[in-house]
Amino acid sequence: MTLKIRLIPSLLLRNGRCVKGARFGDFRDVGHPVTLARMYDAQGADELIFLDIQATGEDRETLFGIVAATAEQCFMPLTVGGGVRTVEDIRRLLRAGADKVAINTAALERPALIGEGAERFGSQCIVVSIDYRVREDGFHEVCTYSGQRATGIEARAWASQAVKHGAGELLLTSIDKDGTRLGYDLPFLRAVADAVPVPVIAAGGVGSLQHLVDGVVAGHASAVSAGSLFYFTDQSIIKARSFMRVAGLDVRLA
Amino acid sequence: MIAVVDYGMGNLHSVVKALEAAGAESVLVTSRSDDLQAAERIVLPGVGAFGDGIKQLRETGVIDTMDREVRGKGKPFLGICLGMQLLAEEGLENGRHAGLGWIRGTVQAIEPRDPSLKVPHMGWDDVYLRAESPLFRGIGRSPVFYFAHSFRFETAEDPLVIGICEYGEPFPAVIQQGNILATQFHPEKSQVLGLRFIRNFLSWVPTVHPASHNP
Repeated sequence: MTLKIRLIPSLLLRNGRCVKGARFGDFRDVGHPVTLARMYDAQGADELIFLDIQATGEDRETLFGIVAATAEQCFMPLTVGGGVRTVEDIRRLLRAGADKVAINTAALERPALIGEGAERFGSQCIVVSIDYRVREDGFHEVCTYSGQRATGIEARAWASQAVKHGAGELLLTSIDKDGTRLGYDLPFLRAVADAVPVPVIAAGGVGSLQHLVDGVVAGHASAVSAGSLFYFTDQSIIKARSFMRVAGLDVRLA
Repeated sequence: MIAVVDYGMGNLHSVVKALEAAGAESVLVTSRSDDLQAAERIVLPGVGAFGDGIKQLRETGVIDTMDREVRGKGKPFLGICLGMQLLAEEGLENGRHAGLGWIRGTVQAIEPRDPSLKVPHMGWDDVYLRAESPLFRGIGRSPVFYFAHSFRFETAEDPLVIGICEYGEPFPAVIQQGNILATQFHPEKSQVLGLRFIRNFLSWVPTVHPASHNP
């Protein structure tokens, strides 16, 4: 197999700016999304993820503008998520220039949305984003509303269900690991990746380049995503790609 | 003017922007026959299911014009992803659907025997070029392009397949039949090499038979 492992920077958007780190906490401005996107594009990122944490639907026009501007200048796949609730939301984002749309809370609350999106636009366009937390009893619980609401639903079971509904890809984030820089939750990532026939993108927790390698080798992820790794450290896409290649991963040559 | 056919499937914005970035001076997104008649080149993009795709394409009413302009008058044509698959005689996604029948073959599901091969085939993958062609100028011997699909083109017309990708088994990545060019990958999402490929398409003067490499 020659399909490359993908390295995907993830940008959180709020009020038209990129912010650091916390869908699950405290925000700091890190720059203009289109500028950052162009930089990642120039460095050879494989794809980009934009997650809009504004997410209440108030100023979606800002998001559409950012998506359109990015799509105009960066010719690589762009996944956009955050507050997507209806097929119409999906359509508008795709029309604005997104290639894939990530759905999270809305997918769990109404799983039929996944199938509706997949049927209308193709399952390749529909990414189901799953955030989970580990309870004291060891139960891997899916959480919605940016990690605020516990659902009582087991994450691996939900992952399989989401795929059955038509998700073409999964984005899996450990809430416990997110922002810690301690790496992905490897055993569970592997359990989910091995359980589903679609690609899984690992997200949340990357603090070092080794974590990216671990995500693939130990975690069986098809793609590795990182946010704050590329903002406040001196790591770059170029360094990350090089490190991954030296570690033996089949990544795209720059 | 380059006409990009709008039949309600797929991300037109990326295709248009990529054509412009590659040097197209005038790009028109259209579902009108008169625009296709006026166009120098025609692009058929597409993302989604075969059945929906062919149905929606029929509903635009431009198929006959497209056929006349491309197969009749020899206008350079580029089909991308679903736009390549619809050229087949038949697609087997969610039932059997007749395609345009411009290229012999059928579109079938990717069903890798190896369970570690995920479906959709999503991501950057190697394309092996099997012919010398001005379409491949400047993109090197083993380019990598972006794919996102769950179905592949199955054709017995081996010489038409000028680029292959291997995912479980080989499948056509680039097909050329005279002035009809089609890619399974998305050149508009394949950064520098993709834009170069599109640029080559924009200046392409089709010949009937591509000169072949020694296999």
